[in-house]
Amino acid sequence: MHSSFARAAITFVSARIPRVRWDSFGAALAAILVAGPALAQDGGGKIDAADTAFMIAATALVLMMTLPGLALFYSGMVRKKNVLATMAQSLIATALVSLLWIGVAYSLAFSGEGAYIGDASRSLLAGIGLDTVSPFAKTIPEILFMLYQMTFAVITCALVAGSVAERMKFSAFMLFCVLWLFIVYVPSAHWVWGGGFLQKLGLLDFAGGTVVHINAGIAGLVCALVLGNRVGFGRENLSPFDLSLAVVGTGLLWVGWFGFNGGSALAANSRAAFAIVATHLAACAGALVWSGLEWLQRGKPSVLGVISGAVAGLGTITPASGYVLPWHGVVIGMIAGGVCYWFCTVAKFKFRYDDTLDVFGVHGVGGIMGTLLAGVFATRAITASEADPGVAGLLEGDPHQLYVQAIGVLVTIVWCVIGTLATLKIVSMITPLRVTYDDEREGLDIALHGEALHQ
Amino acid sequence: MKIITAIIKPFKLDEVREALTEIGVHGMTATEVKGYGRQKGHAEIYRGAEYIVAFLPKVKIEIALPEALVDRAIEAIRLAACTGHIGDGKIFVSPLERAMRIRTGETDSDAL
Repeated sequence: MHSSFARAAITFVSARIPRVRWDSFGAALAAILVAGPALAQDGGGKIDAADTAFMIAATALVLMMTLPGLALFYSGMVRKKNVLATMAQSLIATALVSLLWIGVAYSLAFSGEGAYIGDASRSLLAGIGLDTVSPFAKTIPEILFMLYQMTFAVITCALVAGSVAERMKFSAFMLFCVLWLFIVYVPSAHWVWGGGFLQKLGLLDFAGGTVVHINAGIAGLVCALVLGNRVGFGRENLSPFDLSLAVVGTGLLWVGWFGFNGGSALAANSRAAFAIVATHLAACAGALVWSGLEWLQRGKPSVLGVISGAVAGLGTITPASGYVLPWHGVVIGMIAGGVCYWFCTVAKFKFRYDDTLDVFGVHGVGGIMGTLLAGVFATRAITASEADPGVAGLLEGDPHQLYVQAIGVLVTIVWCVIGTLATLKIVSMITPLRVTYDDEREGLDIALHGEALHQ
Repeated sequence: MKIITAIIKPFKLDEVREALTEIGVHGMTATEVKGYGRQKGHAEIYRGAEYIVAFLPKVKIEIALPEALVDRAIEAIRLAACTGHIGDGKIFVSPLERAMRIRTGETDSDAL
C-alpha cells in the first residue's frame, strides 16, 4: 500500500513532466542524498576527523540556537509577567525532546527503509558503536549524526511555542512536545531526510525548510487558532518587555545558523561554506528589506524590524542554502524580508489571528517560500560533482524541480495540519490547553511557575 | 512642617537637588513614575501592533521641611526644573503632621 502510493505520486508527477528521465535522475539524487538500502547500517564508512570536528561544533551551535538563542529571542518579546514562563518552554522542550530522541524518535526518523516511517532498530541507540556511521552521513560517527539531528528536533518543537506565547499551560505544552514530535516531526524528517518518499521523489531541503520551518509555522498557526487570541489582543498594550533580550537572542540565532545550514552539509567542505555564505547574506538582505519597508511605511525603522527581517531571511534560505549561489541568498533574503513583513504586520491583524511571536509569519511563510525558491535557484555549479550531475532549478531550465518542491510543501502542510490538530485533541483530553483568564491576567511566571522577575 | 511633592522631568533631578542644597534642604526621596498632563504621549509600533502610550516617564521627589523654608524651596524647584516646554511638571505642598528620625528618635523639627 505504501509503495504503491509513492509510485502513484511519481507517476502523477512524471506524467506531467515528460522530458525528465526519472530513472537516471532518481539514481543521481540517490547518490547524493540517500545511501540506499544496499548499504549496511553499521560501519561501511571511514570516519573523517575534519568532518567530525566541524559537525561537533555545528551541533553545539544549533543547540545554542535554542538555549539560549530562542529563549532570549522569544522572552524579550513577551510581557514581563510571562518572560520566565516563555523561557521555560525552550528549556523543557530541550529536555523532553532530547530524551525521546535517543529513545525511539531518532530510530523512527533515520533508520529502516519504509517510505513513510523508519523502524525501531536504533531504539535506545542500539547498534551504535564507536565506529558506526549512518548511511546519511558516512564520514562522521553515527552518534554525532544522531545528536546533530536531535538539535533540529528540539528547536522545531521549541519554535511552535512562540505562536501561543503567554497563554498555553505548561503541562499542555509538555504533552504537546511529546506527541507532536512523533506524530508530525519524526515522519516528516523521515520523508525528507531519512530515506522516505519525499527524498526519493527528489525533494530539495538542505537544512529544514519543510521539516523545521513549515512544520513549526503551520503547527504554530493551528495552535494559535485552536487556543484563541490572547486576552486584550488588538485592544490592550501587549508590548515587549525588553527587546534587548530579543536582540541578543537574534545574534545567537544568526551565528548558530552557521551550524544549522552549514552543518547540514554533514562535512567540512566547500558545500558547507557556500551554504553559510548564502545564509548570512540572506539574513542581511532580509534585515535591510524589512527595515526599509517599515521605514517607508511607518516613518521609523524599528530594531524589532531589523531582527525580524534577519530571522525571516535566515528561515527562508534554510532549505535552499546548500543548492544555491551566494547572490541567490541575497535575492531570497530580500523576498523573505518583504513577504514576511506583510504577513507579520498586515495579514495577522487583517485576519485577526494571534500568532503571537510570528512563527507562522516568519518560519511558516519563510519555509514555504524557501522550499519553493530552492526549486527556482538550485544550480549545478554547487550541486554537481565528479560523481554526479547534480540538480538544477527553474533558472537553469529545469521546471520539474519546482513541481517536486511544491509537492513537498503541500504534503508537509497537510500532514502538519492533521497531525497538529490530532495532537491538540489528544492533549486537550488530558488537560486544558489554555490557562484560565485569571492566570493569564496575573501572568504565567507566577501562575505556572511560582516565580517572578523583580526588576 | 510641610511635605513638598514635585513631579519633574527625569533629566532635571540633579539640577533640582543642587538648587535645594543651596537653600539648605539636605534630604529628599526620588521615585521613577509615569504621568501625563498636557504633554502628549508617543506612539510605539511592534511588528504592526501600534500602541499610543499616554504616560511619560517622570521623577517624583518628596521633601519634608519646616514651613519657613517652603516658599524658597518651591521657587528653587520651579526655577531648576523649568524648561519652558509642556510637561515640566507640578509642585504640591501638603501639611505634615509628624516626623521622626529613626536612628536617634528625634521628632518633628529636630527630625527634619
